[in-house]
Parts: sequence; C-alpha cells; structure tokens
Amino acid sequence: MATSPIAVERAGPGWGPRTLLRRLRSGDEIAHLATLCFAASVILITTWLVYVLWVNSALPRHKFGLHFFLTSVWDPIFDQFGALPFIYGTLVTSAVALLLAVPAGLGAAIFLAELAPQRISDALTFVIDLLAAVPSVIYGLLGIFTVVPLLRKYVQPFLHSTLGFLPLFQGPHYGVGFLAAGVLLAVMVMPFIISVSREVLLAVPVDQREAALALGATRWEATWKVIVPYARIGILGSVFLALARALGETMAVTMVIGNNPRISASLFAPGYTIAAVIANEFTEATGDLYLQALIELGLVLFLLTFILNGLARLLILLTTQRGTAQE
Amino acid sequence: MIMVKRVAMLALLLGLGSIAQAQGDPMLVNGAGATFPYPIYSKWFDEYHKLHPNIQINYQSIGSGGGIRQLLAGTVDFGASDGPMSDEQLGQAKVKVLHFPTVLGADVPTYNIPGVTQELKFTPDALAGIFLGKITKWNDPAITAPNAGVKLPADDIVVVHRSDGSGTSYIWTDYLSKVSEEWKTKVGKGTSVNWPVGLGGKGNEGVAGLVKQTPNSIGYVELIYAIQNNQPYGQVRNSSGTFVKADLASVTAAAAGTAKSMPDDFRVSITDPVGKTAYPIASFTWLLVPEKISDGAKKKAIVDFVRWMLKDGQKFAEPLAYAQIPKEVIEKEMKAIDRIQ
Repeated sequence: MATSPIAVERAGPGWGPRTLLRRLRSGDEIAHLATLCFAASVILITTWLVYVLWVNSALPRHKFGLHFFLTSVWDPIFDQFGALPFIYGTLVTSAVALLLAVPAGLGAAIFLAELAPQRISDALTFVIDLLAAVPSVIYGLLGIFTVVPLLRKYVQPFLHSTLGFLPLFQGPHYGVGFLAAGVLLAVMVMPFIISVSREVLLAVPVDQREAALALGATRWEATWKVIVPYARIGILGSVFLALARALGETMAVTMVIGNNPRISASLFAPGYTIAAVIANEFTEATGDLYLQALIELGLVLFLLTFILNGLARLLILLTTQRGTAQE
Repeated sequence: MIMVKRVAMLALLLGLGSIAQAQGDPMLVNGAGATFPYPIYSKWFDEYHKLHPNIQINYQSIGSGGGIRQLLAGTVDFGASDGPMSDEQLGQAKVKVLHFPTVLGADVPTYNIPGVTQELKFTPDALAGIFLGKITKWNDPAITAPNAGVKLPADDIVVVHRSDGSGTSYIWTDYLSKVSEEWKTKVGKGTSVNWPVGLGGKGNEGVAGLVKQTPNSIGYVELIYAIQNNQPYGQVRNSSGTFVKADLASVTAAAAGTAKSMPDDFRVSITDPVGKTAYPIASFTWLLVPEKISDGAKKKAIVDFVRWMLKDGQKFAEPLAYAQIPKEVIEKEMKAIDRIQ
C-alpha cells in the first residue's frame, strides 16, 4: 500500500476542501468512518443490552429493591427472590478457578515462551489453542464422568483428612459442588491464560533479557525478575479474560455444581451460579415476577462483570504507576 | 444457548418454509411448549402430515412456560404444557384457552443404595419425609417398615431433584403437596420450587446420572426415561394402600380413576387418585388451544388434528412409552372440541 502520501497528508496542515476530497479518494475518511461505526456499535450493543435487561426487570426491582441482593431465598412458588446465593456461587467458583488456573497457566506460559525448544513450544501451543475451542458442554461431560468421581473418591477425603480443620473442607463428599465447578472452570480458562500470556512474554524485547543476563542474572532470574514483570499488564489482561469466561460459564458449571441456591462455607457443598440458574429456569418460568427476577439476575451478572472489570483496570493502572514511580 | 436455539429454530423454520413453497404452499400451523411429550407430538405431526400433505404442523419444544407465554402473546396457534394454566394466566389471555389432555406421563423414584438390589417400596410419608429433609437415614422406620427383608444401611440419604424447570418436577411436587400438608405449606407445587434439601441435576439424564454416581442417593425421573434406559425404580403406595409399580397400564388406571370427576376444562391433577391399580404419581399433558381462531382454514386444521389425535393418534403412544388417555376422558374431549369457534 502507498503509505507515504497519506502520512504526508496527515502531517500536513491543510484541512481545506481539496485535501478532504483527496483524503476521501485515498480511502482515509472512509476507513475512519467505517471503523468508527464498528467501534460505536460495541457501545450501542452494550447500552441496548443494559436497557433491555433494565426495562424487563422492572417488577422485581420495584418489589424487592436492594433486598434482591441481600436475601437468599429463591422460591418461585411463593414469589420470593433473592440473588445472594447465586452471586456468592458465581464469585466462589470463579475465585477457585483463578486460584488454580493462574499459577498453573502462568507457569506453562513461561515454559512455552522462555524455556521450551521452539518445536515443542509450537506443538503445545497448537494443542492449547485447540483446548480453548472445546465446547463447554464437552467439558461438562468430562466433569460429570471424571472430575466429580475423582473428587468424591480421592480428593475430597484427602482434603478432609489433611485440611479438614478449615471450614472450607468440611461436610459430606458429594463430588458435585463449588469445588467441582471451580476445578472444571480452571481447566476451561487455563488455555486463555497460557495462550495470551505466552504471546505477551514472547513480545518482551530481547534487549531486556540480554541486559539482565549481562548483569549476571541466571536464566530463571532474568525470566522471573525482568521478563515477567515487564509483561505483567498483558498477563493481568489474560487473567481477566479468564475471569470473564469463568463468571459467565453456564453449561459446564450447571452440570457439576449441584444446583442448590445455598451459601455454604464449605467448598464441598453444592451451590449455584447466576448463569446456571438462568439457563435452568428460564424456559419454564411462568409468571411475570419469576421471569423478570431471572432477567434481573442477568442484569446482576452484567453488573458483576462490569465491577470486576473496572477493578481490573484500576489494578493495572495502580501497578503501572508504581512501576514508573520506581524508575 | 437460548439465542443459538432460537437462531437454529429460525433457520429450521425458513428451511421448512422453502420446502413448503416447493410443494405448493401447505398451510403452516405453529405450536410451542412442553418438552416432555415432544417425541409423541413430533410423531403425531409427522403422521398427520402424511395423511394431510396440505397441512404442516410445526412444533417447538421450548418448555411449558415458554409455550404458555407464546400462546398468550399470540405468536403461536396453539401451546402445550405439562401443568395446567393457572387462573391468573387464563385471566391474562385475550381469547379463552381450552385444555386438551393428549397423553399421560408419570414420575418414578429411582435410587442407588450399595448392597441393595431389591425393589424398594415407598409410602407417601416416606417420600415426603425424605424430600423435606426430615428422614435423613436409609434405615429410618418409615422406609424400613414396608420393606421387610431388605437390609437398609444407616447411611445419610442424598436427595437428587431436577434443577431445570420441568413438568417432571411439577408432577412430583404436586403429588407431595397432596400427601403431605407440610410440603404443601412449606414448598408447594410448580415446575421449579425451593427444594428443602438435595442436589440438582439438569434433565432426566442429569438426575439419573447423579443417582447412579452418588451412593445412598434417591431421585425421581420420568417413567419413560426409566423404561428406555433400564433404570431401576421403586414402587409407591397408592391411596388404596396397595404398592404399585409404575407402568403404562397403572398410569392409565390413574387417569381412569379421576375420569368421573373430570372438570369441563380438563384442568385436573390426577396425582394420588382413587383406584386399586392406579399409580399415584402421574399427570396428563395438555394441548392449549384458543377457543376462537379467526382464520377459518387454520381452525379447521387444528380441530381436525385434535380429533385425529384422540381417535387414531393414541395408538402411537404406547410404542413410545407414553400411557394412553382412558376412553371416558377421550369421549369427553371429543365433545369439548366443538367449543372451538
């Protein structure tokens, strides 16, 4: 493409009709307009989504107000709707997932980007990208037939006997529950963390590493103290992408979480998530209040994602500022 | 998920539409609703289309709730539901809605107790107690009393129920509401309820899977599902005091028991019926047809289909493991069809 004339025009001071015409002809304005439209459509869709959810959840919003967030009874028969157990379940399963997936995913990414031979790295990356494309219902089946029995027979008794003094690991071993959902979600989001983190690590300039090595750092020190911190914003980005997937995951979670809207300290207990309850109950929801309560849950999930994403931005902002202040 | 389903449905509709065009425009009748009777409905619509190539009935099994909503919104010509419409819902309808029982379904208790291979017998009190969370051990006297000779362990009972809203849960909770006052006031009946205890599984397969995997568990599945998957299930004591194992005959007997007291709008629950051979946890599933259909040709098609379904269509039910509607009820329905204008 002829880039130089455009660049000249951009830099040039002329904004008259003739230059506009020329800019139009060279496609600059059109490209500008088209891409602007695409960008605006994202905002439009988001606003529209919130608007639709807001309008269609008027009944429970007026009836329950803030109690919707604070009560934990979900009873379609007696028209009592509280979102707390679902919010709790969504946050707990996502937290367990990230707790397991972030260290493992980051470790794998470091190996693939820094330590593994090129051929192995390429082959593994291909498999990981493949994993990211597996439909969630397949992961759900994996959960039912493999993860749940393993947890019930081996992992939960083991955790109970070693860490049973913690309330987290008490209660009967059903297999299904928060832990099963968290483990399954960890498996599901790991490909995202690995894939994105690896790209980010590979993008770190070579001179950073060479400088560290020249100063006498070992290979691991160069990786852990120079390259990973350099890439931390991108790595954080991958973590939040993973979080977004974990928060919204429906099918796989509902197959292994036990679907019981209750708040329990134990990870062994059955629970419920927002996305799962919507998927489970929406089709058979009769009665306006019931249906709208489910729609309000959708709004809550949107809000939750919004808040967590906002916090993520803040975190990135804070860590970047600290980084520059030290320099 | 739902979006994808809708798009797929739309594509299907368009596809059907274009096929229809090619064959010289048969009339399209649209229905939506319950998933439980979907296999028999699609068989019926298919057979009926063979007899009447000029009429194509398109049915979306989106769930009873969705079927009722779409019917009220006027986006379909008829609906279908596993539970009768409530008075409140009927009040919302612009045109009066008629209920037509089509086939019968039933719920059976299925369980997994290591070491127990015999068929267990359940009293209504035992089932209500277990699902209320009051009976927590398998060797509770309420369970062991009718099961003399079966060695039941002193282990905790794990209750499994449906997590998705479903007609199966409606039948189960309707039954428990009738046999237990406490269930009626504390939990109630519906496609989804606030379960006092237990794990939720998605779909019949979800419940059956959880029961199979979890030692000392009990759940409920549709009779059809249990028959087709050779899932063992227990007997339940009916109101006459006999323990009955669910099969197609005992389910039809349950409907026959209530035939005499059948209300004119067919909105009746047949759980816990009278009759020595009646299985107590059964229910009709209904077609929902508006009383006034303005399009004359469509009206004729729907009326004719319902007649055919009650007369000739019933013979397709048993091969698909659905119980037939008893004769008395069919006669009454035949008369009710005339109300469609």
